Formats: sequence, C-alpha cells, structure tokens
Amino acid sequence: MDQTPINLLEIRDLRKTFSVAGGLFSRPLTLTALENINFSIRKGETLGIVGESGCGKSTLGRCILQLLSPDEGQVLWLGQDLTKLPAEEMRKRRADLQIIFQDPLASLNPRMTVGEIIADPLRTLRPELNKEQRRGRVLKIMEAVGLLPEMINRYPHEFSGGQAQRIGIARALITEPKLIVCDEPVSALDVSIQAQILNLLSELKDEFGLTLIFISHNLSVVRHVSDRILVLYLGRIVELATGDEIYDGPRHPYTRALLTAVPIPDPRLARQRNIDALKGEIPSPINPPSGCTFRTRCRFAKPYCAEHRPPLETIEDNRLVACHRWREIEVPEEAVLGV
Amino acid sequence: MKQVLHVEDMSVTFALHNSEVHAVREMNFSLAQGETLAVVGESGSGKSQAFLAIMGLLAKNGRAGGRAMMEDINLIGMEPNQLDKHRGKDIAMIFQDPMTSLNPTLKIKTQLGEVLVKHRGFERDKAVQAATEMLERVGIPEPAKRANAYPHELSGGMRQRVMIAMALLCQPKILIADEPTTALDVTVQAQMLDLFKSLTEDFGTALVLITHDLGVVAGVADRMMVMYGGRAVEKGTTDDLFYDPHHPYTLGLLHSTPHIAKRAERLDPIQGLPPSLENLPKGCSFNPRCAFAFDRCLVERPPLAPTENGREKACHYEGPMAYGKVA
Amino acid sequence: MAGITGKDAVLTEYANRLETLDAPKGRSLTQDAVRRLVRNKAAVLSVFVVGFIILFAFVGPYLLPWTYDKIDWNNIRQGPDFEAGHFAGTDQNGRDMLARIMQGTQMSLIVAGVATLVSVFIGVIYGAVAGYFGGKVDAVMMRFVDIMYALPYILFVIILVVIFGRNPVLLFVGIGCLEWLTMARIVRGQTLSIKEREFVEAAKAGGAKPWTIIMRHIVPNLTGPVVIYATLTVPEIILTESFLSYLGLGVQEPQTSLGTLISFGSPVAETLPWMLIGPAVVLVTLLLCLTYIGDGLRDALDPKDR
Repeated sequence: MDQTPINLLEIRDLRKTFSVAGGLFSRPLTLTALENINFSIRKGETLGIVGESGCGKSTLGRCILQLLSPDEGQVLWLGQDLTKLPAEEMRKRRADLQIIFQDPLASLNPRMTVGEIIADPLRTLRPELNKEQRRGRVLKIMEAVGLLPEMINRYPHEFSGGQAQRIGIARALITEPKLIVCDEPVSALDVSIQAQILNLLSELKDEFGLTLIFISHNLSVVRHVSDRILVLYLGRIVELATGDEIYDGPRHPYTRALLTAVPIPDPRLARQRNIDALKGEIPSPINPPSGCTFRTRCRFAKPYCAEHRPPLETIEDNRLVACHRWREIEVPEEAVLGV
Repeated sequence: MKQVLHVEDMSVTFALHNSEVHAVREMNFSLAQGETLAVVGESGSGKSQAFLAIMGLLAKNGRAGGRAMMEDINLIGMEPNQLDKHRGKDIAMIFQDPMTSLNPTLKIKTQLGEVLVKHRGFERDKAVQAATEMLERVGIPEPAKRANAYPHELSGGMRQRVMIAMALLCQPKILIADEPTTALDVTVQAQMLDLFKSLTEDFGTALVLITHDLGVVAGVADRMMVMYGGRAVEKGTTDDLFYDPHHPYTLGLLHSTPHIAKRAERLDPIQGLPPSLENLPKGCSFNPRCAFAFDRCLVERPPLAPTENGREKACHYEGPMAYGKVA
Repeated sequence: MAGITGKDAVLTEYANRLETLDAPKGRSLTQDAVRRLVRNKAAVLSVFVVGFIILFAFVGPYLLPWTYDKIDWNNIRQGPDFEAGHFAGTDQNGRDMLARIMQGTQMSLIVAGVATLVSVFIGVIYGAVAGYFGGKVDAVMMRFVDIMYALPYILFVIILVVIFGRNPVLLFVGIGCLEWLTMARIVRGQTLSIKEREFVEAAKAGGAKPWTIIMRHIVPNLTGPVVIYATLTVPEIILTESFLSYLGLGVQEPQTSLGTLISFGSPVAETLPWMLIGPAVVLVTLLLCLTYIGDGLRDALDPKDR
C-alpha cells in the first residue's frame, strides 16, 4: 500500500469503566468495560474488531468517536488528542469521524424524512450550505449508496432493513468523513442484504478513500472485510493481527476457539472439523478473573495464568498477542478448521 | 425411518383490514424420526409462520389450512384444548428469545416441574428431580443450583438450554427450533449446535431448525427446505443443496454468506430486496432478483416439482448456473 | 444561484434537475396515525360531536334571541318555552338557560384549552430537558417537581386569585402551570428511553448540540404520549374548573361555566330539572367524547399496544 503508512488514529492506554448501581445501601459496583487498549489505524485500512457480547467492542467504538468519554488514555486523531478537545472543537471534528449503527431502523428518527435524516449532520457541520445545496449533496450521496432519488421524501418506516441501513450509511458519508466506525452494520439484516451492504461498504471505501473500523461478533464477516483484526475479550485486547495471520495461525487460545466456533457454510467441512468448544460462558466484567481473564475457559491455562496478567506482546511483525503460553501452544493448521 | 410429521398442502393466511396476506402457500414436507430438517429463508419468507401454525400459535387474524399429520392426528384446525394435549408433549417449540417464553416470576425448577406434572402426571417432588436431571443432560453445570434460580439470573445461553430442557422433558417426537442460536455468541452457539446434534441422536427427536444462517444449517441439518415468498422453492439433502444448488435463490444465498475459509474479494449477493408478501411479483416470485430469469418466469409460476435423487425445485430454468466470479 | 464552491453549483443543478422528477411524499407517522384514527368509528363520531359542541358554544349565542346575562322579568324559573324563545328554560333570575349553557361551555372549553396548552408547553420542555441531561440536572429538576406535587394546589389557586384577581383565563394559565407536573414526569420517562435510541447517538455523532437534539429528535418523538395525555388533561381541567367554581374561586357571575351551572342546578334538580339536565348533558357528552378521542389516539399512535 502506501510507502509511509500514516497513523490516522492512535489509541493509547484507553480505559473505560461504568458504575453499575448496586442495591439501595450497597456501594455502586465498577464495571471495567475496556482496559489497556493500545492500537493504531493506518489511513485507508479496515480494522475489524471482534469479540462476544459484553467484550467492550461497541464501547470502544464509541470511545473513539467521543460519544463516550474514556476514563483514562488518549485517542489521537492525526496526533491530536480528542479526549482533551473542547466541546466546540470536537463538534467540528465530528465531520471526520462518523458511525453506522447495528439496528438500521432504530438509528433513523421516525419523524423525519429520508432527506432530512441524511442532511441532518450538514445543518450543524456545514451551516454555510443553503437548502438547495444540502439537497444536492443528499441526492448525490443517495445515488452513491444505491437509493433512488424519489425516496427522498419518504419516512424510515416505509423501508426495509437493508434500505434503512443504506440511509444510515448515506448520513455517515454526507460530511465526507475520513473514518467510519461500523458497529455491527449487517448483523440485523437478511443474508442476501448483508452481502449487498458489505459490498457497498467496500465500494464506498475505495470511492471515498475511507478508513473503516468494523465491529462485529461474526468472525466470517470481519475476516471478509478487514485488513487487520483485533480480538477483544472482557475489555482487553487478546490478539491483533492480519486476517490471514489470524485465520492461518491464531496465537491466542481464545482467537482459536472463536475461529473453530464460526459456523462454516459447507456441510463436509462442518462435519469434519473439531470444534475447540469453550467451557462455560463469559465471566462477569464486574468481577473478572484474576491474572489472565480468559483462563477460566482456557484449556491451556496453568496456575501461573491466574496470578499474572499476560502483557500484550509484539510478536513477528506487528502482531500482538496477550498470552503467557502462546509459544508453547502448537498450532497445527488442521486443528483449527479441521480441513 | 418412521415418519413423525407429514404436512400436506398447508397454507397460512392473515386477514388484514381489507385484504388477505398469504404468508405460506402449498407447503408439503415430511419429517422422519431423529432427522434434522433445516428451513431456510429470509424475513418474510413464511418460515416461522408455517411452524407457528402447526403449533396452533398463529396471531388472532391468522388462519391455517391444509393438514399437518402427526401420525393420525391433524394438528391444523384442532381445538386449542385438544391441541394442549399434544403441545409440549409430542411437539415442542423453542424461540429465538428464551426470556419471552419463561415466566420471570417462577423458579426454573417450578416451571420445568409443571410441564411434567401436567403432561406426564408426575408428582411434584419427582417432577423437580426429573427436571434437574434434564438440566444436567442439556449441559447446564451445577443443575441443582440453577434449578433454584429465576430466569433473569441466567445468561442467554443458559436460558436457551433451559428452554431446550423444558422442551425435552416430555420427550417430544418433534422439536421445532426457531432461530435458536441467533441471539447467542458464537462460542455458545457452537455448544448449542453440538447439543442439538446429540439430541437427535440420543432421543431420536426429529428437529426442525428454522434459520437464515447457512453456517448453522451446514453443521447439523440432514435435509433442507429453502423458502421464498411463502413457498418452498427447493428441497433436498443438505449436501446436495450446498454443493449443487438447483434453484438460483439457493445459489444466491450461498454466495451471499461470507465463508471464513474462502476469502473472496467480493461477495456475489442476490440483487434487490425480498418481496413483500402483500405484493408478490407475477409469475415466479423470485424473478425480479433472479440472474437467470427469462420470459416464461415473468408469467408462469414454476411449481415445486421433483427432479432427481428425491430433490425438488420450483424453477423453470434448466441450464447451468455460472454465478459471478465465485462459481 | 451561486454556490460557495463549484461543486455545490453542480450538485445544486443536479438537485434541480431531479426536482422535476417526481419524488412522492412518504406517509409520515402522523398521517399513518390519522388514517388509523379515521378507521375508529367511535373516535370519529366523537370528533364530530366535539366539533359540534365547539360550534354550539361559539356560534350558538349569535343565533339566540337572549344573551346569557339578560334577565327576562316575565319568565323567571320557567321550563322550556318555545314561544318566548327560552328553548331550555330560564333560571331563578330569569336568564335564558340555553344562552347560559352556551356561554358556560365556551368558558369551560377556553379554560381547558388554555390550561392544557400551558401544561403541555411547560411539561414537555421541562421533562425533555431533565430526561435528556440526566444525572444531577435531572435529580434537581425532578425533586422540584416532587415538592410541587406535595403542596396543596388549592393553596396555589388562592394565591393566584389574589395575584390575578378573578380573571378566569389568567387563573387557568395558572392552573396549567400546576398541571404540567404530571406531564413533565411522563415526558421525562419517555425521554430517558428515547435518548438511548441510536438515532439520538447518530445526531450526536453528527455534531448536533444538546438543544437541537432535544427539539429536533426528542420532542417530535414524544407526540404519542403527549397527545394522549393532553386529551386526558382536558376533561380533568374541566372538572377542576367545575370544582373551583363550585368553591367560588372560578368564574364570576354573570359569566358562567359548565361546572358553575351544574353546581347551581343540582340543589334545585327536583323543582327546576332543566337547570341541571342541560349543562349536565353537555358536560357528560364532552367528557365521554374526549375520552373516546383519547383512546382512539392512543390506538392510532401506538398500534403495537392493542
């Protein structure tokens, strides 16, 4: 790709906690949603973020966009820390950073027409545009995302999920952003529509020179769209590598379990492969296990894992993994998918 | 194999204000003991409504026609109190969101025990004991402790297991699972699918798996029925449909599903949107989205007809189907 | 038309070209609701009846030979008498009952309308602000509401009467200022759930300021509960007005209201039944119809609830 990769966004030591109301007389509990998050995104790449529910992937997306303010750490946008930016400055920055949501209908104001919804960010971020100019841009974007111009005066409830998602994408694109956080953009859609939206996103990415953060629980989808994949478990990064690296040789036992649990639309493969079934369920983030948070479900866990938190190590070129035992765990390729 | 369910010419219609919507038409299939049938389709294909009709759970304005024979009993059009003798006992259904089917104010053991008391005449103590055993069999750790819990104290995966345990208590011949894993995480989904597989093997339960996810189907189903616009468009074994789909819609679905092992640059999705049931296209309802449609498809609806090896499809097109780049 | 950049000129032209292209108007939620309301026969009938009552109250007086305060010395305490033009009889002072019912209805409607509007206006903004900002702002604002709730409103009414004198409209602006408490609570609750919806987050991501979010994204989505609660407030205020007038705090003679008329009619119901029946029929019809309209609106705006 680029000769000198530019870091568009850099996340440093990000931490986010929520306080959960305890009982009437007990102290509020602290839920650590994200901890020790460090990574960067190069211009033009797609970074996938995968993890199961409650792993903090949506929280991370919102912290990047400053829709939630992190407790600690920096979100550096072209070197500028967004967390320290005054509200008015940040508002202007929002033109550069946009978001697409999971539930396409819930993300559209039911009382506004499609045209109004798409133009909404322009009213605040490009106040110099007049009504006709806004409308012109709206129609242009609608065309780009595959909506017919005659839909401009319709209301969201008249659309199916796939079309509603196109409206959401159009709204995100209208400010000509550099980075879009896609928060599970296809998981609420029908299969055939999912594929259309995934293709649309990759076309738009090329056309508008976008950088994407693609958040999903579905590893197949993430692998399909992403250059690099970040795996989160209980609010911590467990692995960060390119899609091929993750697929060919996951280093972290959790990544490996995720990979083998992904449903494969291929009956013979599905019958052959050994699912590296995880025991139990995700522990509560209010009271995470000591040491390595994954140890309670890990079949490679040793007593040592309970005492020390594994650091996020850089291995090979630019791969990151947080596991004490990654060197010892053999990765026979056929064990992963049974192929 | 013994047939446990035989559905003939079933239809489901909903009365709207001044019109009628046909959610399911001309549905025919049979289900053998211990077999897993996957019913695949997108939203609005009628896949869920068909089975809600069999369970007698249609909305008030819905009406079912045709026959659904469980041995010599027709489940369609049966009086609700008659149906209650079979529902839960011979045929059970679980849903995507287990929380909606569990009473939040009752302990798990009470809810499970009730089923046994009602259908199998167990005494309360015995029922609770049997219920706890069943919880263990569906892979719930510390079943005695969980049995004492309320539904909200369990995680999503646990609740779905409880639902399955509840459904299995009376050892039904047929278990209908409507998107049972859609709300669950992948690792939990894998556990559930594993559980389904062992259920059909150990109990001989016939499983109907209603889903939109072909990845889920591939792992567990023996046979598949693909639905579109309220009708079955293709039927056959899972392997046949995956490796040699005959209907363009089945092919399109396969090409729309991202595959972790084969990373294509682009997916080859089906164009357009699923039709609304109120306004189905003339001729073959798939024709506006079909890459192989020709003039006949626009006027004449293809019937679901047998082809080879016990397969059936509803399509006029007979030629080879080269599809995009990934064919 | 000159765009700021050349690009905008091109795009504007593109938009104008498309302008000629027919972009059909969509069905807004309100239109949908109206359509559903129209299907509800009881509600439609009620709308017509209320419309008729409004006409009756505001146009009726011009068609009568007697005004509400004119005394007919020849016909005191008379039953309905078509020749003298007293279609609903006269009261103890010889004033035409029909004219008085019309005037009373007029007063009750104005009072109810004004108080409801005031309470909606204050309640919606107060509730939406408290709900949207949440946290400490919410806590302080809602504690204030709780305190207001705890104070006896009769006390306020007396204070208001002292301040404004016995001007009925101002009095009911005042009552509206008290009625908003419940509205504010309802709106706050709704706002708490609406602000979690993704479109509000999308608006934030689009750089919208809090006030814009409240006015453009939250308030329009409150229409359902607000309209429903407002239709229920109208009868409540009519009843409050009756009660206050009964206590002598409301409307002043010779002006009257439905409540006043009924309070004068009830002691003499056995001897002069027309003094009670007329206003009672109007009041009961009005309240019934408003309830039906409220129900109809609830079903129309919230079809899932049925």
